[in-house]
Amino acid sequence: MPDESQHQFDHARRAGFGPSDDIRRQRAQGALVREEVAPAPGAAPEPIWMALSYEAVRQVMGDHVRFSNQRRFRAQAIRGGSKHRPQEMSGHLMDYDQPEHTRLRKMLTPEFTVRRIQRLKPVTEAIAERCLDAMERKGRPADLVELYASPISGAVLCELLGVPRDDRREFLVKHQWQLEQDRSRKERAAAQAYTSNYLRALVKRQRKDPDEGFIGQLIRDHGDNFDDEELIGICGLMVLAGLDNVNGMISLGVLALLEHPDQLAVLLADPENTVDRVVDELLRFLSVAHAPTPRTAVEDVVVAGQLIKAGEEVVCSIPMANRDPVLAPDVDRFDVNREPLPHIAFGHGIHHCIGAALGRMELRTAYLALWRRFPDLRLAVPADQVPHKTNSIAYGLERLPVAW
Amino acid sequence: MVEVRVDAEICAASGMCTLLVPAVFDQSEEDGTVVLADPAPPAELAAKVRTAALRCPAGAISVHEREADGPGT
Repeated sequence: MPDESQHQFDHARRAGFGPSDDIRRQRAQGALVREEVAPAPGAAPEPIWMALSYEAVRQVMGDHVRFSNQRRFRAQAIRGGSKHRPQEMSGHLMDYDQPEHTRLRKMLTPEFTVRRIQRLKPVTEAIAERCLDAMERKGRPADLVELYASPISGAVLCELLGVPRDDRREFLVKHQWQLEQDRSRKERAAAQAYTSNYLRALVKRQRKDPDEGFIGQLIRDHGDNFDDEELIGICGLMVLAGLDNVNGMISLGVLALLEHPDQLAVLLADPENTVDRVVDELLRFLSVAHAPTPRTAVEDVVVAGQLIKAGEEVVCSIPMANRDPVLAPDVDRFDVNREPLPHIAFGHGIHHCIGAALGRMELRTAYLALWRRFPDLRLAVPADQVPHKTNSIAYGLERLPVAW
Repeated sequence: MVEVRVDAEICAASGMCTLLVPAVFDQSEEDGTVVLADPAPPAELAAKVRTAALRCPAGAISVHEREADGPGT
């Protein structure tokens, strides 16, 4: 599970498609600013650094030698000495430093190469078509989050992990419950237990009889190098990374295109040849991942002229970095015609998203299939009545009512 | 003319370069790290290759200018 504290951070707040006005005001004060942040819900606020410029964020994320991802460093940083030392989540790449990170990542990357991901393309296309059939059957208006963004991200993840069809609905519902802040602690704990037990059983089954899927392949290629806890952790990380981010990108991306008809027209005029550029600009413009795992300086480091002392923590704002005016003077404009701007929507450095190629393929497929079926797709409510997610791991929409 | 060099040791296997310029960069089947398919790409790919170097999250790609009539052309 990610730090719940992440939900408390101001950087997770947004205004429309972009970063919140608060964080923009902070950026005006400098590339790195001190902020008081509660490390957990209800806990007393602690000082933390926020990296807000493209260069500062790249510097922090690109320096895995002087900045650590490990929880024990973060705990020390926050509580000075700390009553307990939280363990790294087994198998969670984002919690690891070198050389452990490299050991795990090297075994996982063959499953996520651009070429390997192409194998999932026909499956993803079939999933998108099934969702569109369901939307047609249901009739308009339809909620694009419920009937398209969420089921596509869920089904592709389940295909990747090898979760059987009959189990998918419950598996995905329970995952969602874990993250819903308005559920009771007991309910969330029960959902978490369900998910981890499910993944444990899945790993055990694959150990016995590995199939052609991602876990089966890992076990065939490297079975002896992973223990079960690591495999379960890897699955858990795939679940966290593969659902809300993709869901958010599909639904917000559709809304952004509907709200920018001139940009949508570029896509519709030549879908196959423009979709990659559209996906790339949407990744930058929307930056649905608020921030990577916080980094802790393991020694004194100067970033953007600011001294960060050993033990201090830095949170990197992805949305703010991707809207840095150094990238382009009109960086806040959604523009698929411009020469693609560099961005770090998938992160930077050795922790760059391992599923980037998969994510791009899913988005490409989802946007193309949707407008092929419904070329005159439109919002079914005024844009200001579309509810945005304000408290989740990734930015997204609660609902997106559409008609055609 | 440009000459491209890659450092597979520091490569983070993000696949960004393969996505951007598949004619020049490939990924190893074994560990997903960068494989240079064409160290001396044609001039029309030079801009894309520079973009790939800029976007590489690990800084594993470097692009060097060289004489048009140098060896290998």
